[in-house]
Amino acid sequence: MAQMMMREAILETIRAEMRRDPTIMMLGEDIVGGMGTAGGPEAIGGIWSTSTGLYEEFGPNRIIDTPISESAIIGSAAGAALAGKRPIAELMFADFVGVCMDQIWNQIAKFRYMFGGKSKCPVTIRLVYGAGFNAAPQHSQAVYAMLTSMPGLKVVLPSTPADAKGLLTQAIRDDDPVLFFEHKALYGMKGEVPEGDYQIPFGHARQVRSGEHVTIVTCGMMVGVAERAADQLAQEGIGCDVIDMRTTSPLDEEAILDSVEMTGRVVLVDESPPRCSVASDVAAMIANRAFAALKAPPQMVTAPHSPVPFARELESAYIPSAPKVIDAVRHVLAYR
Amino acid sequence: MQLSRDQLVQAYRRMATIRAFEERLHEEIAKGEIAGFTHLYCGQEAVAVGVCEHLADDDFIVSTHRGHGHCLAKGVDVKGMMKEIYGRSTGLCKGKGGSMHIADVDKGMLGANGIVGAGAPQAVGAALAAKMDGKGKVAIAFSGDGACNQGTTFEAMNMAVVTKAPCVFVFENNHYSEHTGPDYATATASDIAGRAEAFGMKAWRANGCDFFDSYEAMRELLEHVRGGNGPAAIEFDTERFYGHFEGDPQRYRGDGEIDRLRAERDCLIAFRRKVSEAKLLEAADLDAVDAETASLIEEAVQEARAAPLPTPEMVLEDVYISY
Repeated sequence: MAQMMMREAILETIRAEMRRDPTIMMLGEDIVGGMGTAGGPEAIGGIWSTSTGLYEEFGPNRIIDTPISESAIIGSAAGAALAGKRPIAELMFADFVGVCMDQIWNQIAKFRYMFGGKSKCPVTIRLVYGAGFNAAPQHSQAVYAMLTSMPGLKVVLPSTPADAKGLLTQAIRDDDPVLFFEHKALYGMKGEVPEGDYQIPFGHARQVRSGEHVTIVTCGMMVGVAERAADQLAQEGIGCDVIDMRTTSPLDEEAILDSVEMTGRVVLVDESPPRCSVASDVAAMIANRAFAALKAPPQMVTAPHSPVPFARELESAYIPSAPKVIDAVRHVLAYR
Repeated sequence: MQLSRDQLVQAYRRMATIRAFEERLHEEIAKGEIAGFTHLYCGQEAVAVGVCEHLADDDFIVSTHRGHGHCLAKGVDVKGMMKEIYGRSTGLCKGKGGSMHIADVDKGMLGANGIVGAGAPQAVGAALAAKMDGKGKVAIAFSGDGACNQGTTFEAMNMAVVTKAPCVFVFENNHYSEHTGPDYATATASDIAGRAEAFGMKAWRANGCDFFDSYEAMRELLEHVRGGNGPAAIEFDTERFYGHFEGDPQRYRGDGEIDRLRAERDCLIAFRRKVSEAKLLEAADLDAVDAETASLIEEAVQEARAAPLPTPEMVLEDVYISY
């Protein structure tokens, strides 16, 4: 085990995988940084420090610093994958997914199906997402619900440095397209990371806290929020079973249902707005499949149904917080 | 460059196969036997064949919604395609894709595409993959005069130049983007190749209704691209003998336009004339190819009709994740 930040875990995973497999390439805006300037290549080294040193080690054929052209980035990742490579594409901000949505939604997501099962598409798209940096409506969103709704896409949200390593390794080695959401605010999070080969299969949720009174289902940045709420409630003797979905598709329905069967009460915590969200989708699944076990209606703690605002006071009000989760837990406990 | 007798026969066979395939689809679609949207390639055969005769299986092409010609020119199986267009479970894509989504990765055919302009960035990626391998392979992006107005095409051209990708942007200007003429829709109507030049790549212009002109221009172009000089482009002046899609009433055509195009701009007629004037092939040689092609298409249609239909449980097959 080594202590490292999530951004280091991501960089080291990419580096190790690229050393292992010569078909892996990486594309993105400013992933080298400084190309064509007086400072020269690696003057920046990627704004998130998740590609530092890769250009020097692997060269321009495998580390492709691209123009600001998201459709070309994702489209060329798609083409390279069909041509037998294993590309990792970076979207500097997940919000830019709108610019290249056709390549994800109409192209990558459908290749194997449209082509009768005869093509592989091992593309990993890394999307940097999330609120908390006063980055305003176009650089702060948590857009994973939209992609989760698209048949076939695998959607992954690591919540710890260890999970970032295990899930990214799985994503890169996966023969299908994977959307890998990295939260800006988690890049600096420190944690123990297993050394050597470490792979976490998709569709296996992680039990973050165990408790018998209320199930909390969440993912990504909200896992930490749910943990804080659970720890505070534990002091009052309220036990929360906190489940980190890890992947919103495939979804570990059994882990969620097993917990709800035990507690009968569930709170869903989601950084996205509520309509057609992962929270509402999972709530519907629970209502459908565990109705008899429920002692209270599922409660959702989500962002409001608005864009992500800029000002500190507004953004703080927007992001789901531990006190809001605690209120929701009390609400489901007080029901009948 | 002088082509051998075998090369000439093969080029003619490819063009004649595309023509016969498309003419037969035109008849069968009119009878209501085939579902969905179909976009025929008749008239443009010299482009697909003039390009693909220079390619091997490990060179890549990315095609368009008018893609049957590109597939056939790249060597994709005629019968597998016909079954796919008929929506049969033994079709090339198991009836999941249909006319607009035929792909055969083993043949370097990375997919036709229902989205105008979506293919060019994918060709850049395939070209970057080829560049990684360093074996002089190339990727071709087929685009029409419609796709030349998509931002994706501009992004792809810029990125190909910046990354020195061995990518070829083939613009087939058939003078109609769907139902609209280039004088209205394309700001540089008479010059799409010039756009590629503006992005910093060398561009060629060729008669897309003449196999020999197409083939020779592509020979020069590919020598340039395979030589490690980055991307290049070519604009073919060509013609579309049918509508945008089958069933298109084509009210936008001028009086007698299609008859004139068929009389004056038919690449198969031009090929016959040239090879007989130059005494390269006998008319009987070409007649024999026509007869073989006709029976191949007839067999393909009969086999497609007889092929099994897909069953409802197949809906969920081949999704990356199934629920």
